[in-house]
Amino acid sequence: MSFSPSQEAIELLDNLLPSGAQQRRRIYERVVQTVLMCTSFITVIVLFAVAGSLVPPTIDFFQEVSFGEFFGRTEWYPLFEPPAYGIWALMSATFLVMTIAIIVAVPGGLAAAFFLNQYASDRVRRYLKPTLEILAGMPTVVFGFFAVNFVSPNIVQKLWPFGEVDFYNALSAGLVVGIMILPMMTTLAEDAMNSIPKALIEGAYALGPTKREVCTGVIFPSALSGIIASIVISLSRAIGETTIVLLAAGASAKFTLNPAESVQTLASFIGFAGIGDQETDSTGYRTIFAVGTFLFIITFILNIISIRVVRRFREVYE
Amino acid sequence: MSIILDPSVSLTSTVDGKRRRKDMLFLALLWFGILLAVVTLVVLLVDTFLTGRSRLNWEFLSGHTSPFAEDAGVQSAIFGSLWVVLPAGISSLLIAIGTAAYLEEFTKPESKVQAFINLTIQTLAGVPSIVYGILGLAFVARGPLDWGFTVRTASVVLAMMILPVMIVASREAIRAVPSSYREGAFALGCSRWQCVRQQVLPAAVPGIATGSILGVSRALGESAPLIMLGALAYVSSNPTGFGDYYTVLPLSIYKYATEADSEFQYAAAGAIIVLLAMLLVLNFTAIVIRDRSRKSL
Repeated sequence: MSFSPSQEAIELLDNLLPSGAQQRRRIYERVVQTVLMCTSFITVIVLFAVAGSLVPPTIDFFQEVSFGEFFGRTEWYPLFEPPAYGIWALMSATFLVMTIAIIVAVPGGLAAAFFLNQYASDRVRRYLKPTLEILAGMPTVVFGFFAVNFVSPNIVQKLWPFGEVDFYNALSAGLVVGIMILPMMTTLAEDAMNSIPKALIEGAYALGPTKREVCTGVIFPSALSGIIASIVISLSRAIGETTIVLLAAGASAKFTLNPAESVQTLASFIGFAGIGDQETDSTGYRTIFAVGTFLFIITFILNIISIRVVRRFREVYE
Repeated sequence: MSIILDPSVSLTSTVDGKRRRKDMLFLALLWFGILLAVVTLVVLLVDTFLTGRSRLNWEFLSGHTSPFAEDAGVQSAIFGSLWVVLPAGISSLLIAIGTAAYLEEFTKPESKVQAFINLTIQTLAGVPSIVYGILGLAFVARGPLDWGFTVRTASVVLAMMILPVMIVASREAIRAVPSSYREGAFALGCSRWQCVRQQVLPAAVPGIATGSILGVSRALGESAPLIMLGALAYVSSNPTGFGDYYTVLPLSIYKYATEADSEFQYAAAGAIIVLLAMLLVLNFTAIVIRDRSRKSL
């Protein structure tokens, strides 16, 4: 709230009105305030609805499938007979795609952030910023089409040095997910760099270092909490990405860390299983919710970590 | 941000060879990061355009989505997208403005309500979009509302999904209104709501509009939750009401992209060009609004 007169001041002005008008205005204010408060609690309702849609089917799921089976096996065939529910097949793929994406997005995003923050002239900035904005606003299905139609056949299959590559593979999915998160990583990292006081950076330059030395010696450590938070948020985005992975990595759930193979992540399984019209009262249908809960918990934890990191390790500048 | 004093220029004579080489290497790495983004974007756009160019004709735009490559069009997808996204954007915007006004003007930053709702918004913003699809499947398409796989189901789910973006945008716009507006209103004896309604919100309109257009663009390009809500289908007519079946542009792209016949790849690329054109129009509107409002302030 940028400006707020004290409650007494408002009441003092209220007292100047005739008592009937005063009464009406107070009731009206009270009503409006209540309506607005209820509106702002819609977000809370949505969050509860998310949790409420996930939890009951998940509980039912774990009455049919044991924790040991879910967390102890590496085969995942929930929709076949006989079914197998080993989440590690999806976890390994999620980890694989996330790692590839992060290898692209973090160095690329940090480089772009340093460049924008210290090197780019205003003219270059004026072209670079909108370019990154276009990339950030690109629908994921477009990236997915690009991954499967261009990156996989023209880059990954041609340049992969270690043998055969499946047409649908984790590598092209991961690379393109990395490109998708890169602009967000750049923006968040540059925001962190921008919040460093100018005096600190000017003071550093006064000691005669080169730009690189200022970047690595002053800016990087000062913005570290923000940079870590941006990496954590990028992780969470990479884990939750569905469409790109669904299009580019195919749909074979298997326990592997080989980027040349077709894989299925937590998110892409949900999308895949959600396409077919499942019978609502089956274990197969409830699998969607169990995996969804798992995905929600992972991204929730990452989100909390990023909030905590910013709060706890922020250098306080007065 | 450029530093006003740039001593690295005048002091380079004291930088020895080893440091100079490291500097060059560092700068090369930075350029690599930048080029990675820029080149990918250019390749993506050029490749898509070249692939989809042959489909940019009236037959494609007026044809409906179809399982036969030669008939494949986008009309029902364009109208489906509009039917789904516009109500989602408007309802989400109204809720977002109410929330933002309440948080910014009626509560104090350190209050418990604000801390609680802030945490909620941050959590919602981090929820993967596919999870909103699960929510829609459980509560809207089936379960208590039981609306089936219809336009209104998709619209409600997308409205919930873009709500955090809309709220953050509206809050920033409201926060950017100079406090002199409020001081003036209060000095004239306005109540809090009169001040918000007559001074703060009108002044925040351009900011809210630009921000919410970004939210609408997200809804327009979103595919993951709608995969689960029946949009992944060939639909041969435009929706005429909220209870109709539908498809949207991102999902007709998805559907065409997954067809085995290579002829469909052209249709997918053509549909991408249409989608990008719609996004371009939206974002151009946002830029125009932003520039107009900058002039008037």
